[in-house]
Amino acid sequence: MTWLAIVVAGVGCWALKAAGLSVPPRVLERPLVERVADLIPVALLSALIAVQVFTTGHRLTVDARALGLGVAVVLLLLRAPFLVVVFGAALAAALVRLAVGG
Amino acid sequence: MSEARDDAAAHDRRAVVRDSLGVGIATGVYGASFGALGVTSGLTVLQTCAMSLLVFTGATQFAFIGVLASGGGPMSGALTGLLLGTRNTLYGLRLAPLLKLGRARRLASAQLVIDESTAMAVTRPATELVRTGFYWTGLSVFVLWNLFTFLGAVGGSTIGDPRDFGLDAAVGAAFLALLWPRLRDGRNVGVGLAAAAVALLLVPVTAAGVPVLAAGGVALLAGVLLRTRSEP
Repeated sequence: MTWLAIVVAGVGCWALKAAGLSVPPRVLERPLVERVADLIPVALLSALIAVQVFTTGHRLTVDARALGLGVAVVLLLLRAPFLVVVFGAALAAALVRLAVGG
Repeated sequence: MSEARDDAAAHDRRAVVRDSLGVGIATGVYGASFGALGVTSGLTVLQTCAMSLLVFTGATQFAFIGVLASGGGPMSGALTGLLLGTRNTLYGLRLAPLLKLGRARRLASAQLVIDESTAMAVTRPATELVRTGFYWTGLSVFVLWNLFTFLGAVGGSTIGDPRDFGLDAAVGAAFLALLWPRLRDGRNVGVGLAAAAVALLLVPVTAAGVPVLAAGGVALLAGVLLRTRSEP
């Protein structure tokens, strides 16, 4: 099932890219389509952050991951590069777990 | 006269190649974080590497493993990833008239249509430089992204419990870093907060994977409702 999903995502993503290079621009160049396409990454990434950081199974939780996200915000405000943001958040969460034994 | 022009053209081309390789290195290296997070979300090293090879678009790959890590099924991961992949279609639309490729080369080059290759191509003044930026950026990201995915996946699978290293917190940070440049727009902040709220409200009452897909509906709704306000 996982392999099938990977192949579906792979073929699907290639098709989405190829479609953009191949279809006449007018088909997709409509204000509504462009606006929705622009908003989809914003909505999905925001939802992924919320689910990834503030839930455990079907419960809403606040734990070391929230602190990691806070550190990520600070690092982004300081214009840190991607890798520093990602591993800075991981380090913060790991340290707070080490400190409180959770 | 024409020799001077050739010199200038070669100089421009070298500058584009240099910039493209810089972007390729910077982007490719963070394939390591995808590799490490891929194996900690339950994929094997081989599956993680296959995803970088076949899917090859960062936000989609992170979304896929994000859904897996929060307990969702692989197919809802793939679906969420595909929704995020739709922006590459718009990149393709912008690139097509600039790259001026024949049908066979279009299909062969499609895999390289990503954020970075588009950004390094569309600002160039001539077809030759558009192609230089597109292929040098796309290919250097492709090679390094896959190499570092492998290194990250091998590293991530040898460290024991990923929570001890805070890697579960790193996924949220990676998403935030991808989202960050778009948050300068107040409308995007509103849509993002609404989507996050919808997802969190749905978590206790729906199957894993559904909350994030439902957030895609927020984008659709916002796109329709914001029509009158955002028209320039």
